[in-house]
Amino acid sequence: MIVRVLALANVELRIAIRNRWIAIASALMLLFALALTFGGSAPTGALGVDLLTVSVASMTTLSVYLVPLLALLLAFDAIAGENERGGLALLLTYPVSRSEVLFGKCLAHVMALSLAISLGFGLSGLAAWAIGGAGPESLLALAWLSVSAVVLGTTFLAIGYALSALARSPGAAAGLAITVWVVFVVLYDLGLLGALVYDSGGTFTRHVFPWLLAANPADAFRLFNLAGSDQLAATTGLNGASAAMPPWAATASLFAWPILGLALARLALRRIEP
Amino acid sequence: MSTDALLIRDAVKRQRDVETVSGVNLTLKPGERVALLGHNGAGKTTLIRMILGLTRIDGGSISVFGATPGDASARCWTAYLPEAVAFHKSLTGREQLGLFAKLAGEARTAADTLLERVGLSEAADRRIGTWSKGMRQRLGLAQVLLGRPRLALLDEPTSGLDPISRYDFYSIVDDLVAEGAAVLVSSHALTELEARTDRIAILRKGRLVTEDSLAGLRDRARLPIRLIVTTIDGESDQVATRLGGAQVNCRGVELSCDAGEKMRQLAQITELGGLIEDVDVVPPTLEDLYRHFATGEDAR
Repeated sequence: MIVRVLALANVELRIAIRNRWIAIASALMLLFALALTFGGSAPTGALGVDLLTVSVASMTTLSVYLVPLLALLLAFDAIAGENERGGLALLLTYPVSRSEVLFGKCLAHVMALSLAISLGFGLSGLAAWAIGGAGPESLLALAWLSVSAVVLGTTFLAIGYALSALARSPGAAAGLAITVWVVFVVLYDLGLLGALVYDSGGTFTRHVFPWLLAANPADAFRLFNLAGSDQLAATTGLNGASAAMPPWAATASLFAWPILGLALARLALRRIEP
Repeated sequence: MSTDALLIRDAVKRQRDVETVSGVNLTLKPGERVALLGHNGAGKTTLIRMILGLTRIDGGSISVFGATPGDASARCWTAYLPEAVAFHKSLTGREQLGLFAKLAGEARTAADTLLERVGLSEAADRRIGTWSKGMRQRLGLAQVLLGRPRLALLDEPTSGLDPISRYDFYSIVDDLVAEGAAVLVSSHALTELEARTDRIAILRKGRLVTEDSLAGLRDRARLPIRLIVTTIDGESDQVATRLGGAQVNCRGVELSCDAGEKMRQLAQITELGGLIEDVDVVPPTLEDLYRHFATGEDAR
């Protein structure tokens, strides 16, 4: 099994390198991370924290939008496109299981995503440290940010595979992927915000809202990174929600989502007649 | 374990209430070569996909050396060449074939040997996106040869190939058969090369209308022989009326007759003496034979 998964991942990684996905995604992450580190340095004096601490908060917010988008872009074509070309039919006549195909692609895409994230965040962390704007605590926060961004990306890769398997064409899969991105990253938060305003501090705000927030992988990622450190929480004002909830909830949600997503993708893949 | 390479019994496939494959029976023994003929949409590809386990069977049964299609063992023994071979265009031929070799449980060197055998060793390190259709088709054939298949299913393998490539292609198929593999080749037209099969099975609207050797098909079809008569200039209308044939142009007349009447017809033509310049006798072609069975012009 491992041999086949690695062989599939190897080929898939070469494709990600050759179609420039890795280069473009890394450049994008680096550009934004550097811009946030050096462009967003104004409030450091007022809050009494170092440069990198502030930029980790900004990078978290950036990652909530950018990482799911990059992951979905990588994943939406993985099944539907391969099926349309007829490649999936040929692949599945070989003694390789559908799970192995899924894991092979996922492994390669997680590696591609990790490379883009660690290049982007790593280089800007290095730059901040070089000019004396980073301490051990903020470097650790950056490391956790990178790890959790990969986990968040894996969730959306898995959701992307599920959509790709359910859609009948790559075009439909792309449409579904954009819809999922808008719902998870934009509309979900807007909905919660609307409910908060309507409830104005009632039961919903105190007992239901924090759990709903943690249930969304994108918000769980935000909570995981911002609520973990008091300094960070101070820069974003998110500590209110995390105080009402056991500290493990966001972490559990963040790490459970990739597994849930892959299970969904595997189920969707079963229905395919290539 | 069953000794039949492929055993299809009353296989049925329904797609939205329409039976695209209905009641098909077909058996292939190891070392046997069978051509599966039929129009576009006759059910050839669907039948092959059923044998591969890619699509569900709605009735009857199919077994590959006794195993159910799609089983791990059936997939190990079966090789498939799809009609439209679409490899990823940014991979090189060596990378693509290397992946298939790994999946088939073979060493990477097996892929290199096969690239040489299908004449692709020079192009192997270029991206498949830059290749011609014939080269992609040959790469498809190379992946068929991986893992020493015992049953090869080739879906319209020679469409788009030039005559030389076609010849090379069938000589490789010959080697496969010599190693004891059963080969099922689907096609929508019968060429001289495809006729080099042990048996020919013809599908029409999902049903198997006939299954026989080429000679057997010829006997059963009883198609007329065509006689093409060339007359001296300007006399073709006179010759046409006297022989009862059709005038083709000012120097040509075409007649058709049953095999038994050929000599009598020829004698009649000879009697016309100086009016006739030449006669060609044209037996039914493979194409005529195929059209006869595949369109149902016979009154069986």
